[in-house]
Amino acid sequence: MLNGIWGFFVIGGILTGAFLGRMDMVTSAVIGGGKSAMELAFTMAGVVAVWSGVLKIAERGGMIDALAGKMTPIMDFLFPTIPRSHRARKYIATNFVANFLGLGWAATPAGLMAMKELQKLNREQEGTASSAMCMFLTVNMTSLQLVTVNILAYRTEFGSKNPAEIVGVGIVATLITTLVGICVAKLLERRM
Amino acid sequence: MRILLTISDFLIPVTVLFIVVFGCLKKVDIYEVFLEGAKEGLQTVLDILPTLIGLIMAVEVMRAGGLLEILVELIRPAAEAIHFPAELAPLSIVRLVSSSAATGLLTDIFSTYGPDSFIGRTASVMMSCTETVFYTMSLYFLSVGIKKTRYTLPCALVANIVGVFAAVWLVKLVF
Repeated sequence: MLNGIWGFFVIGGILTGAFLGRMDMVTSAVIGGGKSAMELAFTMAGVVAVWSGVLKIAERGGMIDALAGKMTPIMDFLFPTIPRSHRARKYIATNFVANFLGLGWAATPAGLMAMKELQKLNREQEGTASSAMCMFLTVNMTSLQLVTVNILAYRTEFGSKNPAEIVGVGIVATLITTLVGICVAKLLERRM
Repeated sequence: MRILLTISDFLIPVTVLFIVVFGCLKKVDIYEVFLEGAKEGLQTVLDILPTLIGLIMAVEVMRAGGLLEILVELIRPAAEAIHFPAELAPLSIVRLVSSSAATGLLTDIFSTYGPDSFIGRTASVMMSCTETVFYTMSLYFLSVGIKKTRYTLPCALVANIVGVFAAVWLVKLVF
């Protein structure tokens, strides 16, 4: 699936570039793409390292265990295949809470750790996602963030009279997407 | 509004403060443990670096070649047929692929229609309830070598499409 999408982007991008006479721009995209990725990685490395360090303190102090414990009912429903005391639950709980609060940079390391732990529990054929992984990423991709602060900042910048007026509607919309994501994942779990 | 911005200013420092104080109380070797975690964090970024390069290169090539614009034009008649605001069609597609491109479109929308217009409000809500599916999926799955993603993509797409329509409907309902 990912191979197909990636190939579609690259092949489709170059072919449309040729048709539309934009090969110069495609050239700089090919050369510049790696560069912008490195720049992003450079920023990301600093922030992810800081959050991983802070989260490690939280983990060692037992905070993450407490957090995962509080989320047991939700976890049991979403991830029935992960044993209750397994580390995967802790990282998933951290990822969800960090996303929820809008701490995207803290969410990424926790999420990647969660995937590592989920892979250890994966009973599918090699290279195939487990149901727990599908559920985890589905929930992750339905935007858990309650208040999108950067959107409020842009609204303010462009002269909105009341930038925060969309917050309530945003929360309801986020709730809808998350619930829909969970329902569809539960429905498809046995079929695909 | 001011309260929300103040809360968001406080959020990160207070979270860090809370965790560090908690660590002290639990007699954790805070600095040593922090360094241990930071090292793991750097390793994580190093591990996902090739994925990141591949992703960003592909998305930039697609944007530069004009494929994204063609996709948006293909969607437009369908959007109009179901009375979906055509001005928002590009944003709903681009959002799935690239966060920075979506932010660019959002600011375009704000400067053309204003953030307090129907289009501006709906765009704000759409940005709040959707996610860059392609990026997230690639990053997380490829970090553990998963190629067969089963039903993840359909789930994420359905949820995001519902989110886009929910945004339009909710903004019409509330404002």
